[in-house]
Amino acid sequence: MNTITADTPNQAAPPVRKEMANKRERTLITPEGIAVPIVVASRGARIGALILDFVLLYVGLTIIITLLIWIAGGLFEQVVAGAEANVAGAGEFLFIVFVLLVFLARYGYFLIFELGPRGATLGKRAVGIRVAARDGGRLTPEAVIARNLLRDIELFMPLVFLMVAPSGEMGSFGYAGLAWLAVILAIPLLNKDALRAGDIIAGTWVVEAPRTKLADALSTQGAAKGTSDLTGARYDFGDAELAVYGERELQTLERVLRDDNADAISAVHETICRKIGWDPGAGDERAFLEAFYAQLRAKLESDMRFGKRKADKHS
Amino acid sequence: MKAPSLSSWFGRGEVAAPADIESAALRSDKFRLEREGDWRRLEDIVQRMERGGLRRVDDAELLALPTLYRTAASSLSVARETSLDVATLNYLESLVQRAWFQVYGPRKGLFGWLREFFLGGWSRAVREIWLDICVAFFVMVAGTIVGWLLVEQDRDWYFRLVPTQFTDTRVPGATREQLLETLAVEESTGGLSAFAASLFSNNAGVAILAFALGFAFGVPSLLLLIYNLAVLGAMMWLFAGQGLGVEFAAWLSVHGTTELFAILLSGAAGMHIGRSMAFPGDKSVLQAAGESGRRGAIVMVGVVLMMVVAAMLEAFPRQLVGGTESRFIIGGSFLAFWLAYFFLYRPKRIGDER
Repeated sequence: MNTITADTPNQAAPPVRKEMANKRERTLITPEGIAVPIVVASRGARIGALILDFVLLYVGLTIIITLLIWIAGGLFEQVVAGAEANVAGAGEFLFIVFVLLVFLARYGYFLIFELGPRGATLGKRAVGIRVAARDGGRLTPEAVIARNLLRDIELFMPLVFLMVAPSGEMGSFGYAGLAWLAVILAIPLLNKDALRAGDIIAGTWVVEAPRTKLADALSTQGAAKGTSDLTGARYDFGDAELAVYGERELQTLERVLRDDNADAISAVHETICRKIGWDPGAGDERAFLEAFYAQLRAKLESDMRFGKRKADKHS
Repeated sequence: MKAPSLSSWFGRGEVAAPADIESAALRSDKFRLEREGDWRRLEDIVQRMERGGLRRVDDAELLALPTLYRTAASSLSVARETSLDVATLNYLESLVQRAWFQVYGPRKGLFGWLREFFLGGWSRAVREIWLDICVAFFVMVAGTIVGWLLVEQDRDWYFRLVPTQFTDTRVPGATREQLLETLAVEESTGGLSAFAASLFSNNAGVAILAFALGFAFGVPSLLLLIYNLAVLGAMMWLFAGQGLGVEFAAWLSVHGTTELFAILLSGAAGMHIGRSMAFPGDKSVLQAAGESGRRGAIVMVGVVLMMVVAAMLEAFPRQLVGGTESRFIIGGSFLAFWLAYFFLYRPKRIGDER
C-alpha cells in the first residue's frame, strides 16, 4: 500500500531546503499518492535522546527509592541484606515493589512511551524524533517490543563487558564478547538509515518529527501590498530587474524577512540594489525588500504555472 | 464565536481567523489563506490525539479527520507546484506527516492487543516457530547430557559449572541427608514473595538475553541454552548419585516445567531471528529479520508472563508442598496446560481488517 522510495533527486521539489539533511531525506508515498518527505533522525539526536531518557529514568528511580527508604525507615537495609531471610511483611512488600520497579524501568519505560500516539520516549520527544515503521505501515506493539528487547545486548551487555574485560576475570571470553558487542554497537554507524540492531529485527526506524508552526503570510504585510507604510513610497520593479534572481535567492530573502534582523536586512538591501543598479537609499529597507520579495515571488510563481522554473541566479 | 471557556486552556483554543483573503497580493497566498482554517483545525485535532489518544477527540472531529487530512495532503501537492513560500511548504509537510501518523496510527489499543494476544496470537506465534522449538529442545537435552557426562568423568567440572555459594550443601560428597534437606519444604512463608520477585526479575532477564543474543545468527542463544542445561545436568548427576533422582525431578518439576519451557521458547525465538537472517529465502535480509523479530517479540511477551508464573510456583508451592507425587502433579499439570494452550488451542485469527 505504502512505499518508501530511495533518495532519488526530485525535480519538482524546491531545489534547496535543509541542505544538511539531504543525505538523510527519504520520501514516503502515502496511499493518497502524496510524497511526504521524511528525514531519518541523526545519530547525534538519538544518542542525545537516549542520554536524556537515562537521566530521567535514573532521577525517577532515585526519587522513588528514596521515598521507599523513607517509608521503610530502618527496615530497608535489613531487606537488602537478606532477601531470603525472614523479613517483616511490610519490608518484604517494599522489596517486591523495588524489584518489580527496576524491572519495569528497564523494560517498560521505553515500551509504554513508544506505544503511545507520539511513538517516542520523553527524551525522543525533547529532541523531536519518533519511531516509525520502516515499510510505511502501522507501528505495531510487537515491533516496539522487539526493538526494545534488543536494548539489553546493545547497551547493558557492552557496559558489563567494558567493565569486566580489562580486569581479565573472564579471560579471552571477555575479550571475544567485547569484540562481538563492538560490532553490534557499530551497526548504526554502518548503514545509511542509522538502524540499530533492534530496528533491524523490528522493521522500524527513527525519523524526525518536526512540529512546525504556520508562519504569517508575507505578501499580506507591509509594502508587499503596494506602498511603504513608513514613507508611502511605491516600489515597482521591471521584468529585467526581477530576472536576476531565482528560487534560491527568494528563499534566502524570505528567511531574512522572517528573521527581521536589522543588520541582515540592510546588507541584503544593499546587495540587491547594487545588483539591479538602483541607488541604495536608507531608512526604508524593509519595505523595499517586502515589495521586492512579493514581486519576485509573483513573477517566479507565474512562470512556474507555465512550467518554467528558475532554481537560482545562475540558471 | 464562542466565549473563551475553560477548554481553551487545554489546547482547544479557537482557531485564529486568517488575515483578509482579498488583501493577499499573490495567488499562492490567497490559496493558502483560503485553506488555512482547515489546516489549523487539523493541527488542533492531531495535537490533541498526540497528547492523549482518542479520548480527547469527539466523534464529529474524528469523522472530520480523514477529510481534513486529505485536504491538507492535496493542499501540499498543489502548493508544491504553485507556491514558493518555504514556510508554508515546511508547515504543510510537517502537518501531513503528523496527521499521517495519527490517521494510519495503531488502531488497536494496548488492551485490544492483549486480548488478541491471549486469544490466539501467542499460541499462533509459538506454533510458527515450531522448527526452532524442536532444535532448541534437542540442544537443551544435549546440554543436560553433556553436563551429566562431564561431571561424571571429572568432579571438578561441577564447581566450574554450578555457581556454588560457600554455605551451599549441594556439592559432590554431600550426604544423602544433606541433599534431602535442600529439597524439603520451608517451615514458614516469610520472605517467599520477595524471593519470587527477585527470581522473576532474574529469570526474565536471562530469557530476554537469550532472545536478544539470537541476533548473532542464533549461535549465542544456543550456547546459553547449553550452558544453563549443563548446570541442570550436573545437579541431576549429584542427586541421582545419592538415589534421589526422582525426588529431585519432582522438586524441580513444580516450577521447572514452566520455567524451562519459557527458556526453551526464548532460545527458540532468538534462534528464529538468527535463522531467518542467515537463510532469508526469497525475502530481503531486512524484511526477513523484521518479520521474525516481530513474531519473536510476541513469543517473548508470553515468556515474561510464564516467568511470572514460574517464579510464583518456585517460591510458594515448591517450598510449601512436600510430597513427591503432589509435586509431580503440579508440575505435570502445568506442562499439560502449556502444551494444550500452544498446540491444541487454535482459534480463528481475529481479522485485522474489518
